[in-house]
Amino acid sequence: MSVVGQPSVKAQTPSGAEPRAGRVAQSLIKFAFMLKTVWAVLAALILGAFLVQLAGGRPVAAYSALFEGAFADYYGISSTLVRMSPLLLASLAVIIPLRAGLFNIGAEGQIYIGALLSTLVALYLPEVLPSWIHVIACIGAGALGGALWGLIPAALKAYRGTNEIITSLLLSYVAVYTVGAVLHAWLMEPGAPYPYSREIPDALVLPTFLSETEAHIGVLIAVAAALVIAVIFRQTTLGLSIQTVGHNPHAAVYAGLDVKRLTLSSFALGGAMAGLAGAFEVLGLKYRLFDHFSPGYGMQGIIVAFLAALSPLGSIVAAFFLAGLQVGAGAMQRTTGIDTTMVEALQGMIVLFVAIGLAFRYHPERWSRRVAAWQKPTQGE
Amino acid sequence: MQAVPSRISLEGIVKTFGGFRANDDVSIHVAEGSIHAILGENGAGKSTLMNIIYGLYQPDAGRILSRGREVKISNPRQAMALGIGMVHQHFKQVDTMTVTENVVLGLPGRPVLNLAQDRKRIIDLAQELGFDIDPDQPMWSLPIGMQQRVEILKLLYRQADLLILDEPTSVLTPSEIKPFFNLLSRLRSSGRTIVLITHKLDEVMEMADRVTVMRLGRVVANIEASETNSRELARLMVGRDVIFDVTRTPPRIGSPVLEVADLVATDERGLSALNGLSLTVKAGEIVGIAGVDGNGQRELAETIAGLRKASAGTVKICGQVADRLNPAERKRRLRMGFVPEDRQKVGLDLDSDIAFNMVLRSFRLPPFSRHGWVDFAKIKTHAKQLAERYDVRMRGVGQRARDLSGGNQQKIILAREMEDEPELLIVSQPTKGLDVGAIDFVQRTLLAQRDRGTGILYISTELEELLMVADRLAVIFNGRIVGELPVSEATPERLGLLMTGKAA
Repeated sequence: MSVVGQPSVKAQTPSGAEPRAGRVAQSLIKFAFMLKTVWAVLAALILGAFLVQLAGGRPVAAYSALFEGAFADYYGISSTLVRMSPLLLASLAVIIPLRAGLFNIGAEGQIYIGALLSTLVALYLPEVLPSWIHVIACIGAGALGGALWGLIPAALKAYRGTNEIITSLLLSYVAVYTVGAVLHAWLMEPGAPYPYSREIPDALVLPTFLSETEAHIGVLIAVAAALVIAVIFRQTTLGLSIQTVGHNPHAAVYAGLDVKRLTLSSFALGGAMAGLAGAFEVLGLKYRLFDHFSPGYGMQGIIVAFLAALSPLGSIVAAFFLAGLQVGAGAMQRTTGIDTTMVEALQGMIVLFVAIGLAFRYHPERWSRRVAAWQKPTQGE
Repeated sequence: MQAVPSRISLEGIVKTFGGFRANDDVSIHVAEGSIHAILGENGAGKSTLMNIIYGLYQPDAGRILSRGREVKISNPRQAMALGIGMVHQHFKQVDTMTVTENVVLGLPGRPVLNLAQDRKRIIDLAQELGFDIDPDQPMWSLPIGMQQRVEILKLLYRQADLLILDEPTSVLTPSEIKPFFNLLSRLRSSGRTIVLITHKLDEVMEMADRVTVMRLGRVVANIEASETNSRELARLMVGRDVIFDVTRTPPRIGSPVLEVADLVATDERGLSALNGLSLTVKAGEIVGIAGVDGNGQRELAETIAGLRKASAGTVKICGQVADRLNPAERKRRLRMGFVPEDRQKVGLDLDSDIAFNMVLRSFRLPPFSRHGWVDFAKIKTHAKQLAERYDVRMRGVGQRARDLSGGNQQKIILAREMEDEPELLIVSQPTKGLDVGAIDFVQRTLLAQRDRGTGILYISTELEELLMVADRLAVIFNGRIVGELPVSEATPERLGLLMTGKAA
């Protein structure tokens, strides 16, 4: 990437052909602003290098182990993809309601309820159906579970004006412990050392698309979902309606939009995404429902959404990157001895720098004045 | 000149914003220990003037004398030091704190609080003014009238002896007004000076010792309240020289397009705003709703448009009962356009582009979308046509609505609400905040629409504007139509009296 070269370009604006050079300089500056998130990530990586140094490691070695482990080989990439799936879906669960101006902090809970419903359908729906239909039913049950769990804070918001941040967050705990309770009471495999359910029938395990890896088709469905959501926001009246509510609820009412219904549908759609993540963890990866199976995908989804600046397509990239960091962390620990928690620090710093980046906006008028000012002195000479 | 020494004097104050003269050579003398009313319509420059006294604005010219000494007031803190305090229309309070905490909040030079002592002094101060207060109540639990008293206590606690009250009765319920006047009398008899900003004539006649009438940024009269009457004040406030310079044809009136019967509705605070209002608008006429701001105009417009639920009464649009239809259905099925009062908060999605705003209320319908899919090409060409027809000045239809001037924003709304030839058009304060050119454009556009047969309900607090545009005037007071008259019979004096509920 030519990332490092860019900031110096604007200083070296050639003096001769002023309007043209000025325009070029300005579009470069604009481009540099568009890459804000990239700068933030780089800044976090640079600061992270110092941390590695402090911990007694060699930054170059640590980073190369990290990125090689995540992105360089077949198995690394497949692990990264598997990790990406729940992150991507959880980020969509955040993005969709947030476009309507609603904060879904409870993707974690929606993931759990999705996983629970999916497991129930996998274990208890009589195996009379063709297995592919049964698999679809399991996936659908996951989405439905997430959607229903998402509808609770949405309904409270729409009909009672309750703050959805609080309710969705707290409902996550309810969901996690509900799954725990159900496991303990009914689903737990007899004699198991830890609360987990029976294994789902082999016929219901999601197929993989990279041979000899765990890369299940849930990954592809997640990416497809992101594409669909992107299309919804770009091309459909539903997307535009949600967007309008997010921009200005008063104007939305004036426009004749049913704000209550859009509150419900955006939360339900978001919850369905999280529910899919839960279903795929069971059907594609663990083959059982485990107590406390998610290492906080719901919260990490917020980070991904934030990194992607609420763009569903950007989310694919951001989720892939963050998944890579998490997968590569293990490789880094094995080869260089730097603890995996280093990656958590890195995630935190990325969030911090992206947040700082929000304070910097591209103002065309301001920059055209500055560019003009740079050019003046050189002309006078 | 005056027997009583002046508490504060303004001499030749000028304040301009851009090219607009908000205050033009304003001179006022407020006598010590008096209640001095500043009377004028919205936009007459009252608030600007008070903000100058309170140190929020700096005058471009002129001087301020406090007790005969020339002073420069560059911020509210300096105003407070001179004993000048102001109660804004919207209180500056922390709802979750108690009365005592709110009064003490921000007192300078008190690193250690002694709330128990403050508490006692607040009770004493309130009693001195003739009312009881529980200083431990959280602010939110108090009725508005009591919150206002706390606001006044706050000023007195800071040793203010000149109190500027900006439209103090506009937030009060009718039953709270009388006690409030008693409080003002007590304040006066305790030697404090009060400047009362208002546009309500009866308040002036009842409370004020002296009145300054302002119009279009200038002082048009400085009189003793005892030497005048509401009639004269109304005439002064509105101005006698009403200019009719819009050429207009006699209306060709058709059948009713809007029939409102016994409409009852409440405002945000749950207070009654419409009290059995009835009104008819026929095709091809402009009916102007005149009235002092806050008498139910906004609620009337919103209820007709479907943004607010009526608790009783009916709205018929083009002969059909509209009560159960949402705003978009009223636009589409009943052919009703609506230009809301707050164009930025309600009328537009400022963060979207011009093209989208042109179809804000119709993007879910063909031809702009089919089966849920949006046709952006259609929306764009549609917006380009409308922008040209309505002369929207912009860089392109992809520009954000937020970046446009108020006049151009209003043109987008007008274009959108008029392009499908509505039978009925509700326009609420359509020229608020616009410059002269834009005002002219809006009025001519509306007149042209009327000539094409649309019935228009034109709600405005600007009398001159109504006299210029409307065919018939209905005066709203206290949520009811208190009089209707053809514009040819409307004089500012007569309207002024109706508007203040003085004549039947």
